[in-house]
Amino acid sequence: MAAPAQSVGVPAISSRLLVLSALSVGLLLLLAYLVGFDQGAVSQSGMYLHELMHDGRHLLGVPCH
Amino acid sequence: MRTFGSLLVRGLIVGLFAGLLAGTFAYVMGESRIDAAIAIEEANAGAHTHDQGGEHEHAAEEEPLVSRTGQKAGLFLATGLSGVALGGIFAVGYTLLRRKLRTGNDAYAALGLAAAGFTGIILVPFLKYPPNPPGVGDPETVTLRTVTYLLTIVIGLLAVWAGVALSRWAARYGDVARLAGGVAGFVVTVAAAYLILPQINEVPDTFPATLLWQFRFASLGTQATLWLLLGFGYAATVARRPSEQKVSV
Repeated sequence: MAAPAQSVGVPAISSRLLVLSALSVGLLLLLAYLVGFDQGAVSQSGMYLHELMHDGRHLLGVPCH
Repeated sequence: MRTFGSLLVRGLIVGLFAGLLAGTFAYVMGESRIDAAIAIEEANAGAHTHDQGGEHEHAAEEEPLVSRTGQKAGLFLATGLSGVALGGIFAVGYTLLRRKLRTGNDAYAALGLAAAGFTGIILVPFLKYPPNPPGVGDPETVTLRTVTYLLTIVIGLLAVWAGVALSRWAARYGDVARLAGGVAGFVVTVAAAYLILPQINEVPDTFPATLLWQFRFASLGTQATLWLLLGFGYAATVARRPSEQKVSV
């Protein structure tokens, strides 16, 4: 059932891998926040990006006005 | 052996394409519903102000920051960027969890993880707090709705984890117990959360039921498209041909 670790094709868990993972997920969550929730505080574009992505937010199921 | 960077980049690229194609689904299935909902919203707003301003209200209406045409183009920006973000997070999850997934087949592992992600991140929140078209939500409750929505995502992922954990524990009692354990762990977690979290229903009685259903169907379809393509796309990029598998290091 459990395949030998070598055939799995992902790097072994190490502290370096965990740091890289945390950094990547942090940045990607910021990107998701920008699409889903930001109202200009992060994008520094006023409400422009917020309004531009209005339809996408509704159809992606994020709560809105 | 693949590096972290190569696994992550695969997720970002697959996610971008999945997001853009989900945007296409949303454009075809969802935009007309959003237009219809906005028309209702504007008709209602017009009815309130007609007593005072009459015809002048329309001329005085403020210019929107982004036109409807712009928002329809922005739809692809939103789904594309969401796809990149979800694809990248999915790839990190795959990298960290691959060894916990009990299959020797990388493609099956990716598909299983995508099914789990869709269930926890999309389906569980969708059934508790179904998305609403424009003009339905009350702006004053948006913070409550955002917090509870994010909570349902966390709970959805916890419920999937509980299902997997219980199914693995119950496996010692046979195959039926393994499946029943998985279902029980998931359903009990979700049911408890649904009971505890507040009810929120802001759909006006006058809002057309058919339009609401069509909008929600389009929303679920958009997200299902994204996750299906992400799952199969990522599975395809990590799948190895049989010849490769034998000599893998």
